[in-house]
Parts: sequence; C-alpha cells; structure tokens
Amino acid sequence: MNAIEAGHLSKRFGPVIAVNDVSLTVREGEIFGFLGPNGAGKTTTMRLLTGVLTPNAGSVLICGTDIHRRPLEAKMQMGVILESSTVYGDMSPEQNLHLSGQMYGMPKSQREERIDELLSRVGLQEKRRIPVRTFSKGMRQRVSIACAIIHRPKVLFLDEPTSGLDVQSRRLAIELVREMNGQGTTIFLTTHNIEEANMLCQTVCIINKGKIVAQDSPERLKKMFDTTQSVEVSFDRAVTRDLFAADGILRAEPCGDKWRLYTDNPDRVLKYLVGRAEQESLGITSLTMSGPSLEEAFVQLTECA
Amino acid sequence: MMEIPLALRGILVITGKNMRLYYTKPPVLMFGLLFPLFLFFAFFVGRKLDLITFFPAFLGMMLFFTASSVGPLITPWEKREKTYERLLSYPVTQDSIILGDVVAGVVFGMGISLIVWIASTLVIPVAVTNPGLFALAFVLGTVSSAALGVLLASPASDSPPNVMIFSNLIRFPLIFISGIFVPLSQMQGPGLALAYCSPLTYLVDLFNAAMSGVSVFSPLVDCGVLIGISAAFLIATRGIQTGNLVKGL
Repeated sequence: MNAIEAGHLSKRFGPVIAVNDVSLTVREGEIFGFLGPNGAGKTTTMRLLTGVLTPNAGSVLICGTDIHRRPLEAKMQMGVILESSTVYGDMSPEQNLHLSGQMYGMPKSQREERIDELLSRVGLQEKRRIPVRTFSKGMRQRVSIACAIIHRPKVLFLDEPTSGLDVQSRRLAIELVREMNGQGTTIFLTTHNIEEANMLCQTVCIINKGKIVAQDSPERLKKMFDTTQSVEVSFDRAVTRDLFAADGILRAEPCGDKWRLYTDNPDRVLKYLVGRAEQESLGITSLTMSGPSLEEAFVQLTECA
Repeated sequence: MMEIPLALRGILVITGKNMRLYYTKPPVLMFGLLFPLFLFFAFFVGRKLDLITFFPAFLGMMLFFTASSVGPLITPWEKREKTYERLLSYPVTQDSIILGDVVAGVVFGMGISLIVWIASTLVIPVAVTNPGLFALAFVLGTVSSAALGVLLASPASDSPPNVMIFSNLIRFPLIFISGIFVPLSQMQGPGLALAYCSPLTYLVDLFNAAMSGVSVFSPLVDCGVLIGISAAFLIATRGIQTGNLVKGL
C-alpha cells in the first residue's frame, strides 16, 4: 500500500490557482522530497495533504484512508511538523507533549513514558517544566518535532523543518527524520534546501506555479541535465572570458577568483584548459570537476516551466 | 463509526487546552469577570432599587458576559501564535475546534455565574420557584452566549485586541436593550422592538420565569429562541471560519 496518494488535486483562492491538478504517490517507508521555489504551491499542497485545507477537486489517501472523507482516522496515522515551530508558548515542553499525546488518544502512563524518552532524545529533559516561550527557535522546533512524533506516526509531514535553525538543532532534526524513517515511518519533506533533499530523499518531486514539473530519484533528475556538468578553474593571474571561447564550453561564469565552465564534455574542456595554460604561460592554481547537481536540475526545471 | 468517538475526544481535549490557556488571560478576566461586576456596582449599588427584583437580570448579564468572553480570544490568539494550523493537523476537525471553544465558554460562564448566584443567596434572599427551568436557563444562556463569543471571533484573523474591541462593541449595547436596567414590561416602542432582537432579552426573561414565576414571554418561547439563536450562531461561525480558514495560518 502507498503511504500517500494524491490524485488530481486542485485548489484555488479566488482567481488564483494555487495547486493545479497535482498527483503524486509516496511509497511506504520512503523519504519523499517536495521542492519548489517560493509561491510554487508547496505549502498549499502540504495543507491539502494534511487535511488542513479542503481541495476544490481531487482526493488524498493517507495509508488508504481518504483524508477529506474520514479526516480523523487519516490524521491519527500522521504527524505534522510545521516551519514556524508551532507549539504553545505558555506551556512547558512536557505540557505541550501531553496535549499532543491526548490529541492522539494515548493513555497517561504511555504518554509519560514516551515524553521521558522524547525529551531525553531532543535534549530538553532539564527544561521540561520551563515555558516554551523562553526558548530559542531551535529549542522550540525540537519540542514541535517531539509533539509530532509522540504517537509514532506512520507518515510524517515536515514543512521546512530545518529552516533558520542552528547547526546542532538542524543535525538533530535530520537525525530524527532518519531515525523515524529507519523505524518504518514514511517521510514527506518540503524543503528549500536542495542539498538536504539530495542527501535524504529517495524520490524528489518539483512543483512550480502549482504544477508538478518533475518527479524522480535525485540521481535520475540530475542525469536529465547532463549539460550541467562543470569544471572550476583558477589561474595564477586574471584572465578574461575570451579565454573560454572554445568548443565544448557551453557557458563560462566567474565565481570569486575562479571560473565555472559548464559543459557536456568535461574531458575535452580539461584538455583544452591544460593546453591553453601552457600556451599562455598561465599557472593553474586549482582545477575541480563537478557532476550535474540537483540544484541545477531544480533551476532548469523551474525556469523553463 | 470510528469518527464519532475521535471527534468527541478532540472536543474534550480542545476544551481542556482552552481552559488551561485562556481562562487566566487578562482580556478574559477583564471583560468576562470585572466588567459585569463593575456594571453591577455602577447601576445597582447605592440606588434605591429592589435587588431581588433585578437579580435575574443581573444574573443574566453576568452569565452573558462571562460565557461570551472566552470565545473571542481563542481563535485570534491561536492564529497569532501560529498554533491554529498545528491544531488543525491533529485528529480534529474545524467543527471540533469550534465546539471545543464553545464548551470552554460554557464552563467558564456557568462556573462563575454559579459562584455569583451561590454567594448572592448568602446575602439576599433570592428565590428559585422553578429549579428545572432555572437549570435550563443556565444551560441555554451559557451555550447561546458562548456561541456568540465564538462567532464574534470568526471574521478576525490574528489580532486579539481588535477582536476584543469588536466583541465589546457588539456585547456592550446588548445589555442596555435587553431588559436588564429597564424591565421588559416597562419598555415600549422602538426600545421594545430592539429588545426582541437581543438574545439576552430571552435569557433574562427565562431567569425571571424560573426565579419569580413572572415573565413577558412563555418560557417555551424563551427556550425556543435561545436554542434557535445558538444553532444560528454555530452555523454562521462554521460558515465564516471555513471561508476565513487561510487567514492567519
């Protein structure tokens, strides 16, 4: 069974179509990355998938249960982590976690055991009775994550979970996501951070202007854009763009004291650079080659759509 | 079938959360507790008024203000703190949230008004001629007032002070046209026509029927109007909040 199945989802706000005929499938146990530029429809899609908003058309199944027909049953199987660390500031982490546990119908003894475990895991055991309003963003997000996973959900939705977090909190969030996935939880991750999606996700889906423009594994998406391989070179003295007017170099961009040369034939470019440096008596101070990046695939897909 | 117990549990948990978080918020204490007490002192104390005659009206006013003071605060506060979306992502529906807010208002209004009534019986000999009707007046009065409170919060987005001002703009004039300071039997013309439009009129009349046995309308009419008004408030709240859902998420 698929963990999430969305079919032909559409949502409009007045004359604006925020989500336009979006269909996607997330397999059980998968980490699914949902990427898109600002205003592309990521958050609206996630709100449709989590039952916060009702679509104008289309359906969403969470572990086989239609979230808009049987919302409570579907929501029992999932946890949601929002970007803005939405926990009650007047309550302590312990009280926030009790509230979450009660929402999912956990008995008190089970809640207490799980709260102890989670507070230790997110490093807030000693601050368990302090109001959350006094916490930093990173600490609030840890409470938010703990609230979302208290009932060990089958599906976990995360909306920009690491946005604006300090390094420790970001690492902890990523570790927890991996840990939950290791225990069988399906992860739906909305993110701006392409590197994070590249590292974590088995499937990446890119949305632009309310429509899905690509859905595949990160490696396959990168391969769609072989022309985005690049060679970075720097010399011991300044050179002009004219130096890179050669066959095989599709585009040359200055990057600080280096030049990035986009190519579909890195071998040819490397040989050209070495020969040309010899001719011009230029010393090569650094030379690196990069494969096609997910970031380039993302840029190309969202630019050409 | 599984949805009904889940929905009931959601309403209970939301009510508990509201009681814990919002009963002690300054706007609730100010406009729900102190405001009606000050009005009582301003209009009844030091004047040659028969407190026993006016007690049903005072009780109605107290109940109306306390029960309707919690609702206007909750939704705007949650939207401002960005906890509303989190709440919607839990196994609850928007209806559970609305009902949880109403029940929190009902419990607050009933608790405070019962304390006031019990304390008053120690000072002045207020009689209850029909205890069943008196209890029904308490229930219908708190439900309709709490539903009004939640309705008043519905058009708002995320600014609790604006909603409290708006809710007082609606609630405050109601006490002057609802037979509290001028008995309904002495009203006439446009004043009486206005009184017919206020839910508080029927609550005060019902308290009069339950406590002194004298009322302008039949208790059946009072109960029917309060039930109808509560239902209308809830339906309107649902419609407005559904339309306003995205505001403040």
